[in-house]
Amino acid sequence: MLSVSWLLIALPLVSFFGLMLAGRRADAWGHWAGVGVSGATALIGIIAFFEMVGRTASERSESVHLFTWFSGGELNLDAGLLLDPLSLTFVLLITVVGTLIHVYSVAYMEHDPRRRMFFAYLNLFIGAMLLLVTADSYLLLFVGWEGVGLASYLLIGFWNHKAEYATAANKAFVVNRVGDMGLILAMGLMFAHFGSLSFADVFSASAGASTAVLTAIGLALLLAAAGKSAQFPLQSWLGDAMAGPTPVSALIHAATMVTAGVYLIVRSGVIYDGAPDARLVVAIVGALTLVIGAIIGSAKDDIKKALAASTMSQIGYMMLAAGLGPIGYAFAIFHLVTHGFFKAGMFLGAGSVMHGMNDQVNMRRFGALRSAMVITWATFGFGWLAILGVPPFSGYWSKDKIIEAAFVGEGWQPWVFGLTALIGAGITAFYMSRLFFMTFHGKARWTDEQHPHESSLLMTVPMMILAAGSALLGAIMGVGNRFQNWLEPVTGAHGHEEPVLSVPVLTTLTLLLVAAGVALAYWMYLRKPVPIEPPPGSLAILAARDDLFQDSVNRAVFQVPGTHLTRTLVYADAAIVDGAVNKQATGVAWFGEASRRFQSGRVRSYALLMMLGFVVIAAILVVGG
Amino acid sequence: MSPINFVYLASVLFAIGAAAVLLRRNAIVAFMGVELMLNAANLTLVAFSRMHGVLEGQIMAFFVMVVAAAEVVVGLAIIIAVFRSRQTISLDEPTELKG
Repeated sequence: MLSVSWLLIALPLVSFFGLMLAGRRADAWGHWAGVGVSGATALIGIIAFFEMVGRTASERSESVHLFTWFSGGELNLDAGLLLDPLSLTFVLLITVVGTLIHVYSVAYMEHDPRRRMFFAYLNLFIGAMLLLVTADSYLLLFVGWEGVGLASYLLIGFWNHKAEYATAANKAFVVNRVGDMGLILAMGLMFAHFGSLSFADVFSASAGASTAVLTAIGLALLLAAAGKSAQFPLQSWLGDAMAGPTPVSALIHAATMVTAGVYLIVRSGVIYDGAPDARLVVAIVGALTLVIGAIIGSAKDDIKKALAASTMSQIGYMMLAAGLGPIGYAFAIFHLVTHGFFKAGMFLGAGSVMHGMNDQVNMRRFGALRSAMVITWATFGFGWLAILGVPPFSGYWSKDKIIEAAFVGEGWQPWVFGLTALIGAGITAFYMSRLFFMTFHGKARWTDEQHPHESSLLMTVPMMILAAGSALLGAIMGVGNRFQNWLEPVTGAHGHEEPVLSVPVLTTLTLLLVAAGVALAYWMYLRKPVPIEPPPGSLAILAARDDLFQDSVNRAVFQVPGTHLTRTLVYADAAIVDGAVNKQATGVAWFGEASRRFQSGRVRSYALLMMLGFVVIAAILVVGG
Repeated sequence: MSPINFVYLASVLFAIGAAAVLLRRNAIVAFMGVELMLNAANLTLVAFSRMHGVLEGQIMAFFVMVVAAAEVVVGLAIIIAVFRSRQTISLDEPTELKG
């Protein structure tokens, strides 16, 4: 099945084009075609996974040459797929979670007249994302990278008849372009110094490359990863991206696409091995985003935006782990997978709540939904326990490992990164409990026309499966370091290192902080009534509600100076470039006007001028000769 | 008689011809002035040819005569065409080529 892995990409893309071209004729069955194709990719992925598991560890890598993309002179680019434990992990995550969300969307988008288009876009996303993670070169990865960007843009703006949703799509698109510039820069540097863009060539060549080059490439790749994964300083688009339908938020903006940056960093681990400074920056960016996301998440009243901030924060954890080096790679991917399950499950839960509440997203209008939608409550609860890191739910297995890994090292780094990750876990517990309590517990604060009801089985079954994943996946993958051993051929082995605080102490501390976060949320949002109007908070709360002023900062630092710069350039273009040409033309016109007077049309004046000319020439000849 | 006198005579003839071209409005007279200038030039050519004892000047004079004959044909044709179109041969009348 590994040799036909190109079907993973071809099937969804064929389905995308088919559904787009079929037009309204496919309205009746188009969504089931989308689900079927996604299910087929999941089947291929699972079979390929078991085929790979059946091999010995050293043989767990398969290159599939597809075709020679283009060749000219010394430049030869082959399109090929690389299937190894890392890419197969992603294939499984994307196809399984993707298929569940496809099924969910059948019911969620039932009343949308453009449901067929929605599934076409979802298939496009699946195809592009699978291309991104299976590509064997940075260039082919870039194709998938742009493909998921396009799908994300189309799906955020799916309801683009609302101007603000269209703006949100544009914002995501533009911010992602900034990140893409980083990837293009990195590819340019690789090509200039290594002469190739395939993973194999770049990684073998980077062993002998200078630290400066590797640092530059590493930072450029980090920029790309920050754009795609909504990391500081390119985090501003993710909150607005919640304008898309909720299944999109679950699939693209929680489980898969936004984690592509983490994939890029882990995949490029060899480059970061030679660039410790770039690796440190990755960890710092991750730690910063972890805190920023957690703070924003604590203040949002919009359930989807709170979850988006949480996603940002959790990807911050992954980035931090990826920035710790080989010790963290496996945990970054581990957390990515468990997060993919529990966050997708919670987003689907949020979608189910919105479905039953007339698309209300304001948590201050929820409350007491447990009685109305028990399945949603239970599945969401599993996700909640998982993200909190309560043993034995999956977040405990992945996040605790990241916290432990962050405490490994010497000097100031383990303390800063470790304490950040530790405190982040406490804040995570607070904001997720706040979200959970405000939505499902307390008093009902519904408006009169809201009659919450449980969603249909098409929606609840995927939620249940994801909830099961949230509960069990961590233990399945974590017991006996199974997942680390599985990823070892890609991430490399590393010796056992002890954190600066012992593991039991760290686990206890983490659980204590989590308990404190939950208790604080319980006290603030369950014991006390939740006001329907948000209370006027302190400056800190206002800042967090306003996404820590990320938009104002972007406006002040980039947009306003950028506008001034372009205006100056337009003025300079008119005054200097155009001015020079225009002045020249004016001069010529003036000269023409002046010389026109000699053209009197009178024969005798011409004769006189001619005579004078001869006299002058003769005089010059006589005097000079 | 020294050949230099021919040069003086040619200078006088050239000056008269030039004066006729520049001062007279009548196209025929101006045209005659042009002929006079050409022949003054011919005279200088022949005179210098004689002074230096070489033949090139005389050959040149023949060329000038041929060109002058051709020029008369064209010039008179233009004058007649101008006269037909505006019933005058004054040189100051046609100013269509004013810039």
